[in-house]
Amino acid sequence: MLANPRKPNKLWYLYLALGAGALIYPLVANAYWLDVANFFGIYVLLGLSLNIIVGYVGLFNLGHAAFYAVGAYTTAILSTRFHVPVLLLLPVSAILAAFVGYVVSRPILHLRGDYLCIVTIGFGEIVRITLNNDPFGLTGGPNGIMGIARPELFGFRVYQPLHYYFLIWFLVLLTIFALKRLENSRIGRAWNYIREDELAAAAMGIDVNRLKLLAFMLGAGLAGVAGNIYASKMTVIAPESFSFWESVVMFCIVVLGGPGSIPGIMVGALGMFVLPELFRGFVKARMLVFGLAMILMMIFRPAGLWPAQRYREAVREEEDKRLPADQELKTTSGGLKG
Amino acid sequence: MQQFFQQLVNGLTIGSIYALVALGYTMVYGILKMINFAHGELFMIGSFLAFTLIVSVGLMNIIPSPMVGLLIVFLFVACLVAILGVLLERTAYRPLRRSTRLAPLVSALGASIFLQNAIMLIYGGGYLVFPENLVPNINWNIGGVNIGLMRVLILFLSLSLMAALYLLVQKTRLGAAMRACSLDHDTARLMGINVDRIIALVFIIGPALGAIAGIMVGLYYRQINFTMGWAYGLRAFTAAILGGIGNIPGAMVGGLLLGVFETIGAGYVSAAWKDAISFLILILILILRPTGLLGERVAEKV
Repeated sequence: MLANPRKPNKLWYLYLALGAGALIYPLVANAYWLDVANFFGIYVLLGLSLNIIVGYVGLFNLGHAAFYAVGAYTTAILSTRFHVPVLLLLPVSAILAAFVGYVVSRPILHLRGDYLCIVTIGFGEIVRITLNNDPFGLTGGPNGIMGIARPELFGFRVYQPLHYYFLIWFLVLLTIFALKRLENSRIGRAWNYIREDELAAAAMGIDVNRLKLLAFMLGAGLAGVAGNIYASKMTVIAPESFSFWESVVMFCIVVLGGPGSIPGIMVGALGMFVLPELFRGFVKARMLVFGLAMILMMIFRPAGLWPAQRYREAVREEEDKRLPADQELKTTSGGLKG
Repeated sequence: MQQFFQQLVNGLTIGSIYALVALGYTMVYGILKMINFAHGELFMIGSFLAFTLIVSVGLMNIIPSPMVGLLIVFLFVACLVAILGVLLERTAYRPLRRSTRLAPLVSALGASIFLQNAIMLIYGGGYLVFPENLVPNINWNIGGVNIGLMRVLILFLSLSLMAALYLLVQKTRLGAAMRACSLDHDTARLMGINVDRIIALVFIIGPALGAIAGIMVGLYYRQINFTMGWAYGLRAFTAAILGGIGNIPGAMVGGLLLGVFETIGAGYVSAAWKDAISFLILILILILRPTGLLGERVAEKV
């Protein structure tokens, strides 16, 4: 049963406390920890964008760094060559990344599960190799692109960590608000339906391919936004920032945090990004621990650390189904008599 | 033309290594319907264990004949990696056999990351170099094409292993049991087949073949690195898809073809795009002909 969404929820107090904390944080944190919060925000954005594809619709995408790269390189190339204002490039990056998402996902949408996962890995690698090979002298090869401009709004130049803190978290909040609305809309429910049972969804008149395409484009576009922010924040980008491991980190944020769950994504990004920052001494063993965590999570907590309500119900139902199915097997073999 | 034949020989050599690794992917997929992402890592661990035996233990100095020494390395490492494969299946995959499809995939990815980083922490992140001349450096020149003893050995060993596996699967009772499991676990169980043992067997054969391929890469290229499992694994997986996943002869053909495509592409088009070629083939195959060249199974559509 769904909890009544109108009921004042205890979680609201938690969100309020978090919001207050986020406002106080810049007063107490130094520049280094502000930047940690900034990158945490970028990863939350990336996690949220991948969550549309992996969490809502249940399509495995292990090449998400490619869309992130498209956004970042669009910003970098247009900013350094044509001196287009970076803030203006934000929608441009998003649209171009979404377009690439469309072109890539269009022919492969009929693939499911592992196959889709493999194709997206291949696509991600092709993008990285392309960036490395410097086609038409555009991407600068392994060295990447330097001297990307800072965002400017009415003469106010965003360049300090504090400025970025507010820019990034404003975008994160905006995204969360929009996604929350989307989640409960017709589209969001249709996405969840496709994830739970594609065939039944199609039978109910849901245009499965169109919605999957939409998810890919939205996810890619949002990753493009993150790419734009990243490029202007770093002012230098290189292909190594968009490697396969980056895709794995995003995938882990979604899967370990809780697919389809926005608080889950925050928890996942916290676990994947901020915890290693706290334990800098063990930085080498970081991926080792992640690998182990992925296995253990799948065995003991397959719906993630903070599962989505709808996902949780789906998993519970799956568990309930198991017993009657076994019983059915017994009764049918015995029922042959009559 | 001479250059073409030279590339062909190079391609077949590397292709036979891809094929050996691809067999591990295709067998696991055939029986469990999952991609064992950690298979590439088992392949990589094979070459690292061989490095330990040869360099750190100094096995080649203890044993007088290099060929006997190498044989011991191959057998010993294959056994160790097979044990690791079975352990992997027990810990990471078996508890998830009845769960959703996402779970084993994530778990396999986790196992891959874990093994890769474990090796990095143990052996360090740099390249390790195998000693020279473990295999006598004998070369034949046939019509201008240079064929070394190493390449002949690699081709011979991998082709005979593949032939042996093919016979095992097609002609023996054990092979019949494996084929039954690949069709339907429950029915196979009703026929008196111990499905868990067959799965364990697959996780013995696949990793052992992978380990042998790993040692051959170490001997052939002489440089090994903890990331190589990923690079070779993805290509081998492409080979398995190319031939039709779940199909054992398909994996062999796919591996050889991919090796040839890649070397010829690198030779005639551009070496910088060599890595992109295999991924492009992978994507095109999945879009245009998801059953692969020899495939019977269809990439799941519904």
